[in-house]
Amino acid sequence: MSFREGAKISDGHHHDHDNHLSDMDAKVRALQTILVEKGLVDPAAVDVVVETYEHKVGPRNGAKVVAKAWVDPEFRAWLEKDASAAINSFGFEGRQGEHMHAVFNSPEQHNMVVCTLCSCYPWPVLGLPPVWYKSPPYRSRVVYEPRKVLGEFGVELPESTKIKVWDSTAELRYLVIPMRPAGSDGLSESELADLVTRDSMIGTGLALEPEQE
Amino acid sequence: MDGPQDLGGKRNFGPINPEQDEPIFHAEWEKKVLGLTIASNGLGHWSIDEGRLARESLSPQQYYGLSYYEIWYEGVTALLKRHGELTDAELAAGKALQPGLRTDRRVSGEAMPKVLASGGPSERPQSSTPLFCVGQKVRTKLVHPAGHTRLPNYARDKIGVIQALRGVHVFPDTSAHGEGEQPQWLYTVEFDGAALWGPDAEPGLSNTIDAWESYLDPA
Repeated sequence: MSFREGAKISDGHHHDHDNHLSDMDAKVRALQTILVEKGLVDPAAVDVVVETYEHKVGPRNGAKVVAKAWVDPEFRAWLEKDASAAINSFGFEGRQGEHMHAVFNSPEQHNMVVCTLCSCYPWPVLGLPPVWYKSPPYRSRVVYEPRKVLGEFGVELPESTKIKVWDSTAELRYLVIPMRPAGSDGLSESELADLVTRDSMIGTGLALEPEQE
Repeated sequence: MDGPQDLGGKRNFGPINPEQDEPIFHAEWEKKVLGLTIASNGLGHWSIDEGRLARESLSPQQYYGLSYYEIWYEGVTALLKRHGELTDAELAAGKALQPGLRTDRRVSGEAMPKVLASGGPSERPQSSTPLFCVGQKVRTKLVHPAGHTRLPNYARDKIGVIQALRGVHVFPDTSAHGEGEQPQWLYTVEFDGAALWGPDAEPGLSNTIDAWESYLDPA
């Protein structure tokens, strides 16, 4: 059983899957037609939403925040004290990032973020969440067996590292600041940002080492 | 609500299966569902909390059987129907059969960037003194409400420690039901893993939730 966008749990056959998608396609086109005819939705507004989250807002934003936190102690302190303001200083703001909080990984403590109740995720810095983040396996398991979950992402932490799992049950949105990787001395801020993966800012990954990039 | 959405600690959902090089959308209709939902939110008929309630009110069979954006489709159609902006007859006919109500609130393409950039902050002015302080021990309430709540099952009737005060925020349990914002102090509460999961908890685990004041009692 796996959770894939557009796939029902019971879908075992590719054929069913295709029919299912075309069915949704027709239903959603009908809904748009009705709402536009009724004067409730401007199709141009729908296009703006899609364009924004498909092309403009994504984890590159968060990576810039992390890289700055690695090189600039004053910025890091600001991020720790008032993450919303520090992040807004990049122009990253808005829907699903109104109240930001940054959590900092260290050798002693690793942080992971989940929304067990829905799919809360810091859109302005990470974009739209991946399917696994929104699906029952991650949402059910990470709260009690984060190390096993990390293993499925290929991450193994030292036994001495504690793990804190932050459940986004309110409108606070969490951004994990991964540890700066070994071997990254002397890299520029933008080169450092290239090492910051989306998963490292959720806590299901680590920042890349320069040779992994 | 003890609905299908309250997943923390549930078993047998299988492996995570992260998709390599996952696209942002998996079909064109998913884009439209996202856009139509956000555009419809802009009509101002319902709060974000009522939106969540609509999705978690699906039966477990539906909720677990549908993909994410299918759940959103079900949610937005239910909300539009509840607020008089859509009928089953219209969905069956595939066309409008009566005029829209809040056409004056339609979000134009020009206005949408600002709507996305401003979002919907939930913090409100601090008009009361917080009952709890950082470091204080609290016990979460034992409740099984029929309506919306953001206190997950796994963190009910558990002892934790206030880690931070997060200001005063709209209370989802009332906001979701059209009973007003009734803002309350919000706290981050931290629990030792073993306090939530017993002896089987992974060593070194701790969990946090963000909890409104009325979810908590002094411990």
